[in-house]
Amino acid sequence: MDIFYPFQFIANWIIFSVFNIERTSHLGTSLNFFVYDSLKILFLLLVINYFMAIIRYYLPVEKLRDFLASRKWYGLDYFLASVFGTITPFCSCSSIPLFIGFLEAGIPLGVTLSFLITSPLVNQVAVVLFAGLFGWKITILYVISAMLLGVFGGFILGKMKLEKHVADYVWNIKSQKIENKNVREPFKKLIKKFWLEGFDLTKKITPYVLIGIAVGALIHGFVPAGFFEEYITAENLFAVPIATIVAVPMYANAVGVIPIMQSLVEKGIPLGTALAFMMAVVGLSLPEALILKRVMKMKLLIYFFGVTTINIIIIGYLFNIIL
Amino acid sequence: MKIQVLGSGCPTCKKLFELTQQAVNELEIKTEVEYITDIQKIVEMGVMSSPVLAIDGKPIISGSLPDIAKIKEAIKQNIK
Repeated sequence: MDIFYPFQFIANWIIFSVFNIERTSHLGTSLNFFVYDSLKILFLLLVINYFMAIIRYYLPVEKLRDFLASRKWYGLDYFLASVFGTITPFCSCSSIPLFIGFLEAGIPLGVTLSFLITSPLVNQVAVVLFAGLFGWKITILYVISAMLLGVFGGFILGKMKLEKHVADYVWNIKSQKIENKNVREPFKKLIKKFWLEGFDLTKKITPYVLIGIAVGALIHGFVPAGFFEEYITAENLFAVPIATIVAVPMYANAVGVIPIMQSLVEKGIPLGTALAFMMAVVGLSLPEALILKRVMKMKLLIYFFGVTTINIIIIGYLFNIIL
Repeated sequence: MKIQVLGSGCPTCKKLFELTQQAVNELEIKTEVEYITDIQKIVEMGVMSSPVLAIDGKPIISGSLPDIAKIKEAIKQNIK
């Protein structure tokens, strides 16, 4: 039995029994889908945000940076930076201090960019949405490809020796070492703290998640099956690059995009094409470019966007071929 | 005592600044809250996430937008 069956049961009961909406109607399908997905995803979010609060407490990004800067890694650092990118929360407000902080600690530019590429693509919320809507297999594939994107993107950019295209002032910043505030808190207090933190985060993102699921539910209920197949097929070789390039300037949070994407895939858009679109929306955007412009000279910015875009297109093709 | 909010100018940072001002007013502390958008200053504090709430040059809260009760508590704890 599906472990999410109780949620389906509740959704069926509310929509079909309490509100007495016709089971086969567009409205019924949409509402049922909305209630079921919302319940399931909010539950998963609550659980994972709790665990992430624990991880974040023991592994703040400053610690990860020090770990990366602590020794020579001979290439393994690209991989580590990508892994760290997946477990740290990312807000575009932080991308500049992160960028400078990494470089200032002596971490190579390419490795820093690996982190910067992976971080917005994978976070716990995106993973939960993915798992809840697409299942674990595709979730794992997605996480792996986002990490590959970071590793290869960072590696290629690192090999291009672009250090001189980082804004000059960045190299002159010296940060003070903050003394580790090692106030040992009692374990009981910590458990409560983690719970509150996780709950807070869940509460904060709930509206966005619900809006995303609502749009997804509308598509689910009202758009006929196979609607997009006529226009966008895996055989159409231009679909992936076009979807990616259109998406680069746009910005939306992974949280809002994933439910919509799932519905589109269900209605016939090839998964690789949809994924490429999503990665480009979430990972690259005009606002992000404007922010990064403050620490990167034009050439580096163009290479950064260029290499990442090309890699996203490749991943899109790969997904279409494999699945 | 010196209270600063540092941010890269994103909406979250601005919100933290407004909340901090409100917290200071409600606690009736006689001090100005300074709003700094110079990224260099953030990095110099050794912090890598923004926004940052700093008291007397020490980062107290970083990388998230707490509610006003938490800000008040943080200020109270660090009053000298």
